[in-house]
Amino acid sequence: MYKISMDQIDQLYKAIAEFDALYLPIEKGGEVEFYPYEEDAKVRLDVLHTVKSAKDAFLPTTENMMKFKVEGKKIEVEEVDRVNQEFVVFGVRACDARSFSILDKVYLSDPVDTYYEARRKCGVIVATACSRPEETCFCMKFDIDATEPEGDVVTWIEDGVLYWEAKTEKGTALTEKVASLLEECDTAAVDRQKAATKEIIDRLPLNSMDMEYLKGADMMTLFKSEKWEGLYKSCLGCGTCTFVCPTCQCYDIRDFDTGHGIVRSRCWDSCMYRDFTMMAHGTNRKTQLERFRQRFMHKLSYFPINNDGEFGCVGCGRCISKCPISMNITKVIKTLGGDN
Amino acid sequence: MREIRELLVNKIKELLDNGTVDRVIGWKAGEFCYDVTPAIFTKDDSFDDFLFNGFCGANQSKYLIEETKAPGRDEPEKGKILVLLKPCDSYSFNQLIKEHRIDREKVYALGVPSKGMLDVNKLRNMGINGILGIEEDGDMVKVKTLYGDKEVARKDLILDRCRCCKGSKHVAYDELLIPEAEEWEKDTTDRFAEVEKLEQMSAEERFDFWRSQLSKCIRCNACRNVCPACSCRTCVFDNANSGVAAKVNADDFEENMFHIIRAWHVAGRCTDCGECSRVCPQNIPLHLLNRKFIKDMNELYGDFQAGDDTETKGPLTAFTKTDAEPSIVYSRGGDK
Ligand code: SF4
Ligand code: SF4
Ligand code: SF4
Ligand code: SF4
Repeated sequence: MYKISMDQIDQLYKAIAEFDALYLPIEKGGEVEFYPYEEDAKVRLDVLHTVKSAKDAFLPTTENMMKFKVEGKKIEVEEVDRVNQEFVVFGVRACDARSFSILDKVYLSDPVDTYYEARRKCGVIVATACSRPEETCFCMKFDIDATEPEGDVVTWIEDGVLYWEAKTEKGTALTEKVASLLEECDTAAVDRQKAATKEIIDRLPLNSMDMEYLKGADMMTLFKSEKWEGLYKSCLGCGTCTFVCPTCQCYDIRDFDTGHGIVRSRCWDSCMYRDFTMMAHGTNRKTQLERFRQRFMHKLSYFPINNDGEFGCVGCGRCISKCPISMNITKVIKTLGGDN
Repeated sequence: MREIRELLVNKIKELLDNGTVDRVIGWKAGEFCYDVTPAIFTKDDSFDDFLFNGFCGANQSKYLIEETKAPGRDEPEKGKILVLLKPCDSYSFNQLIKEHRIDREKVYALGVPSKGMLDVNKLRNMGINGILGIEEDGDMVKVKTLYGDKEVARKDLILDRCRCCKGSKHVAYDELLIPEAEEWEKDTTDRFAEVEKLEQMSAEERFDFWRSQLSKCIRCNACRNVCPACSCRTCVFDNANSGVAAKVNADDFEENMFHIIRAWHVAGRCTDCGECSRVCPQNIPLHLLNRKFIKDMNELYGDFQAGDDTETKGPLTAFTKTDAEPSIVYSRGGDK
């Protein structure tokens, strides 16, 4: 294990930024998001939840996929280059870090999404452990250890010192590049922090939420539950919960005529929207109840059924703090389970 | 607040029992005291988790569009719905009636008092997190957290929009819960003060300010979907044939355009209820765009408050001979 004083942390950022693009939680216009590092940026490693999750680094809100020109019966396709430069995402919390493995199950299974794959190959994740969870956090419900996040490098911040430990080959390579700034140390401070944080996690209010009934639950029973009626009613059908969610993964593809050819691009989509999966015959979810149910059924039933029981939620709690009418996945879980 | 809740629940039960209404849009308690959700309650429901506290800020008038729609072919006719309107909500209610978006006959409106609603993010901005419980106690608010207990002044938690409260009078109601509700003691700020600050900036400074704010927009549509003035059946931004439909902002231009178009479209119809800014996950001060329009319209066409009543035409939809000439815009310092 290595360490560096938080007073020198800017030097570490600069050193990384010299050879890699570096993304950090940075405050701009009063809110914190993962932005590219620049000198004088207001880095906020203390913030648990950026408004959007770290998913942007691998699945940007919008990206061009290809260009083509049509002349008569001839179509000329121009590929868009895939990302091929290493980049570092620093300050990823355990919940967001786990979301990558959920996204992998979708984007890296056959047929592989090469845009995503390229970014995953090039991205180095420097995760940061939590020591002051929010009341909205429930990562522990998904066996995520906030004190030991998944990442190429894991860091802990305690008493003005950042502790650093490489976990993978990529992480070791990054460590070597900044080795001159790091100092070897023992794990005593980190162990203390972990123990203290675990005590707090045990006291988090959402511990009491019963999720057992969902494990292996019958899909159609959940689908047909009468309780959706009471749950969806006040939903505004905005996309806030989907856009702030680290595991929401749906996108829309559109062709745009630039006048000089066609650009095919994709962007995030939300199952809460009326035109989600709109087809020539119309949409297959005509009511907000159906759209609302889709979001939660996907995370709590369809995804686990297809992925060895793994839920499509990491318990980051963003949807709890951001929904305009305070509806969220924990209320759905509690209500469907009857523990309400 | 607790006494008001008692009073309110009794009144609601009375109206349900005597058949005035068959359901009410109420407030359902959540996990954390601040995560209150609008919910429908009927006679047979338990009111144990019915809440009325400082976190009932959401403006419920827009739900009435859906709730007062004529029933579909196979749907049963519904009775009247009870809506609980805070003074500011009653303006939106009027405006929606003016625009024929809700059926007044199918609503029973109960005016509920407000002493200013609270914003849990204000606690978080004070560095108070891990919030487990919040109790309003007169001028103070007691907060229980994972990291110890705190006490803060209630006035420091008031939603920004409530600092510019239009007053405790309801402009529409069938009945008032507390007929002589007193004006609450507020720490008012002039609602145009911030607009004036923006007006005094140079064009570049102002552009930079709006870019720093609008560049955060994730295009989640919360502002639009919550807005009682945004009640088009299909928004131009959702209409694939409009040429401007988009699900995310692809560039700076789209970030700006979405908000500028929206501000224009609600001009003269926006009641300044402040919901857009309350719900924005990025805390973009969207109300400042709308207030700039309100301020300009007041100056050019005379004072006007959207939703004051259900008849008066808005300044941009009425034509009078005394209307300002466009040239006045130049004389006020606009670029030619
Ligand atoms: S659940 Fe909340 S955030 Fe999600 S679409 Fe509905 S209103 Fe918006
Ligand atoms: S559903 Fe909510 S809590 Fe779960 S990962 Fe998404 S935003 Fe986080
Ligand atoms: S959900 Fe868990 S990992 Fe995520 S910020 Fe909260 S404590 Fe940390
Ligand atoms: S609520 Fe905020 S982030 Fe969402 S679309 Fe409106 S301005 Fe953008």
